[in-house]
Amino acid sequence: MSAPLLQVQGLTKRYGPRLACDGVGFALHPGEVLAVVGESGSGKSTLLGLIAGEVAADAGSVTYRMRDGVPRDLAALGPAERRALMRTDWGFVRQDAAQGLRMAVSAGGNVGERLMGIGERHYGRIRATALDWLARVEIAADRVDDPPTRFSGGMRQRLQIARNLVTGPRLVLMDEPTSGLDVSVQARLLDTIRGLVAELGLAVIIVTHDLAVARLLSHRILVMRGGRVIETGLTDQVLDDPQAPYTQLLVASVLAA
Amino acid sequence: MYVAAKGGEAAIDNAHRLLAEIRRGDPVVPELSVAQIREQMSLLVDRVMTEGSLHDPDLAALALKQARGDVVEAVFLVRAYRTTLPHFGASEPVDTGAMTVSRRVSATFKDLPGGQVLGPTFDYTHRLVDFALTEGSIPEPAEEAEPGPDAGHCPRVTDILGQAGLLEPSPPEAGAPVGDLTREPVDYPADRAVRLQALARGDEGFVLALGYSTQRGYGRTHPFVGEIRFGTVALEFVPEELGFPVPLGEVPLTECQMLNQFRGSGEVPPQFTRGYGLVFGQGERKAMAMALVDRSLRAAELGEAVGAPAQDQEFVLAHCDSLQATGFVEHLKLPHYVDFQAELELVRRLRAEHEAAHAEPGEPLREAAE
Amino acid sequence: MSAPLPEQGYNFAYLDEGTKRMIRRAILKAIAIPGYQVPFASREMPMPYGWGTGGVQVTAAVLGRSDVLKVIDQGADDTTNAVSIRRFFGRTAGVATTTRTTEATVIQTRHRIPETPLREGQILVYQVPIPEPLRFLEPRETETRQLHALAEYGLIHVKLYEDIARHGHIATTYAYPVEVAGRYVMDPSPTPKFDNPKMDDCPALQLFGAGREKRIYAVPPYTRVRSLDFEDHPFRVQRFDRPCALCGAEGVYLDEVVLDDRGGRMFVCSDTDHCEGRRAEGFTGEQAA
Repeated sequence: MSAPLLQVQGLTKRYGPRLACDGVGFALHPGEVLAVVGESGSGKSTLLGLIAGEVAADAGSVTYRMRDGVPRDLAALGPAERRALMRTDWGFVRQDAAQGLRMAVSAGGNVGERLMGIGERHYGRIRATALDWLARVEIAADRVDDPPTRFSGGMRQRLQIARNLVTGPRLVLMDEPTSGLDVSVQARLLDTIRGLVAELGLAVIIVTHDLAVARLLSHRILVMRGGRVIETGLTDQVLDDPQAPYTQLLVASVLAA
Repeated sequence: MYVAAKGGEAAIDNAHRLLAEIRRGDPVVPELSVAQIREQMSLLVDRVMTEGSLHDPDLAALALKQARGDVVEAVFLVRAYRTTLPHFGASEPVDTGAMTVSRRVSATFKDLPGGQVLGPTFDYTHRLVDFALTEGSIPEPAEEAEPGPDAGHCPRVTDILGQAGLLEPSPPEAGAPVGDLTREPVDYPADRAVRLQALARGDEGFVLALGYSTQRGYGRTHPFVGEIRFGTVALEFVPEELGFPVPLGEVPLTECQMLNQFRGSGEVPPQFTRGYGLVFGQGERKAMAMALVDRSLRAAELGEAVGAPAQDQEFVLAHCDSLQATGFVEHLKLPHYVDFQAELELVRRLRAEHEAAHAEPGEPLREAAE
Repeated sequence: MSAPLPEQGYNFAYLDEGTKRMIRRAILKAIAIPGYQVPFASREMPMPYGWGTGGVQVTAAVLGRSDVLKVIDQGADDTTNAVSIRRFFGRTAGVATTTRTTEATVIQTRHRIPETPLREGQILVYQVPIPEPLRFLEPRETETRQLHALAEYGLIHVKLYEDIARHGHIATTYAYPVEVAGRYVMDPSPTPKFDNPKMDDCPALQLFGAGREKRIYAVPPYTRVRSLDFEDHPFRVQRFDRPCALCGAEGVYLDEVVLDDRGGRMFVCSDTDHCEGRRAEGFTGEQAA
């Protein structure tokens, strides 16, 4: 088996007296999709924020194997290195598209931003790449100059994905990317994500409260409650034969719904 | 034949002369004296001193006269004058606990040491225009209450509550010199002392509106007026060559201490926190609004969610100064020919391109149609 | 040229020497880091913010008794704000003033760079309203400082990309962003982009003062100043399709003058000194007197 791409150890975050994340640890391998599930308030979004370095951890570490193969503690990276990593080798697809997109900038500009950020200065090439990526996430070419404010919820999420993947990242974080969408729109979006993940061999950490999403996309699953990991394992195993009583309840409620 | 417009100098001179004439108004009406403004427009004078960051009632009154009563213009005159004054140093911190109070009210305790002192306030007047004032009148003297047994001892509510640990203590004396935003550029994030300076100098209308917005849900702070006091405090200064404080005189101040609910955090038990307001002279509205905004700007420090305008220090500090605001808004009336010319040229070109792109082939030429 | 007596009761050039030293330190730092915005403790000046307080403070700090000062606004020496600032220094510093670009040692400007090429030893002081070239893309100071520190300038290219996507070409006509000495992206103040090429490799020292925003920045003499663009959409200046109607100059920036309400227009030099100089040399345009 290959060396892990990401190694999370003992991540802990307190908000006042409340432990939002309590000693969470796991390893993620290249091309692996990990789903983090749990109810709202279970700490799963905090975990994502901690991994991305957007929330300062009280304890624990996140180690990432850089493109040169050397594992680095992300807390030890300087701001320049960290930001460069975030906009090239990582992606972050947000639940709220308005946080992940520039709503006043055209779809083409949204996709092109990362390219310009790493020094691309040829308009024609930027535009061609943007059009290519819009096609890959099934956004029509004639929408390239429209701002996301004129897009539906599902299209906005597709645009976020294109914007994130344009630099060929190896790791993508996704925070509830399908919540709030119609069921049919969700299904199409999940299909797109699944296709791209497989085609590009992406490693993904996807946070979701929806076990169906986890089952469809992920290889492994991590169940959180009250800031702690209470169960982890292969997705099918955990969903078909949950061990922890809480997981059993979660699974049962999904079946009941 | 075209001759470029000239004569800017003469036009400016004449405009200034006209301004002086209009300022004086009808010469049949007696001219206002600076002393009249100082004595009879005292709240206006106080506001100009507060926002002008300079305690000098005569200068503020003169500025108001020169500015035809325009507050922002008067603040401008005071500030520009202040720039040229030598800076000797900072006074000792004033002790508002030892204030000789003319007014002191608390909304949190019915009675307290030193008592509630109503003092000169509009609060319970009915806002009926008093036509008797048209003629001028000599007011009846107000009766003074018999001094109570605790007269002269008027501890601050915050000191009373602080003893029981119910209220966050005053931040400890850091020893470091307090920042001065008239002498150093603001560096974000700005510390509380600098924020308070900015709010004290800030436009009353803007600070009032921001304070109001926190009450309407844009960054709620659950405030109580712990205390408002207005009176005079002694001002002391330590000259380097002497090494001990010497009294400089007395300054009238209004102080507002807001008490705000706080649920506590992992480290700190639940207690009340404070918002603080302090202005020259009598300026309760400003002091209260300042205290509200001061507390809301502490949201991040206290681990509260930050989202509302009044919680955003870059937004508040960058926009609260009336001189900066008025200067930049009004600079739009300066000539912008050059930029406008550039835009004009661009719009013409874009329109020409638009027309060319939308001209249907085969459409008859305009000349032919006419 | 005139040299009236300085105003009583004020220091030479209005500001006290301590303040001028503070501003000169900021200027030196700005020269040492071309294009970097140096925070400085801008003072309250007797003219409104937005009307040149930054430029006035920089001029006050660099002005010496033997300097010859020229002040222009929109290229012209006789616009009211230029007159007002020139008078201010006439009164508070008593220095000689001029309208001739060639005679001036310090030129304070709003919105233009003189047409006459500047020379070594001259200082051009720009009045700057908004010094931050990223401000309208990112309103937060803490964030824009971070972006400058890390030379993350993707965002400003997004703006140019949007222009091309919408209009077919870059539609920024003034305050056109430049990269200074290969490092910092800088706002050249609201000069038309027509003037941008004059900033590049200029023999004069260029100083920028923003009073309200409390920033000073600089382009030292002979520094590379490159206007941002794309390889396939290179920077271009606007062209006027006619010469100045008064002096016949071509390749200069023109003001459009409305002659009547029936569409009558004429185009004349925005740089009044340049125009007068040419006419004194005998050049005439088609509508010259």
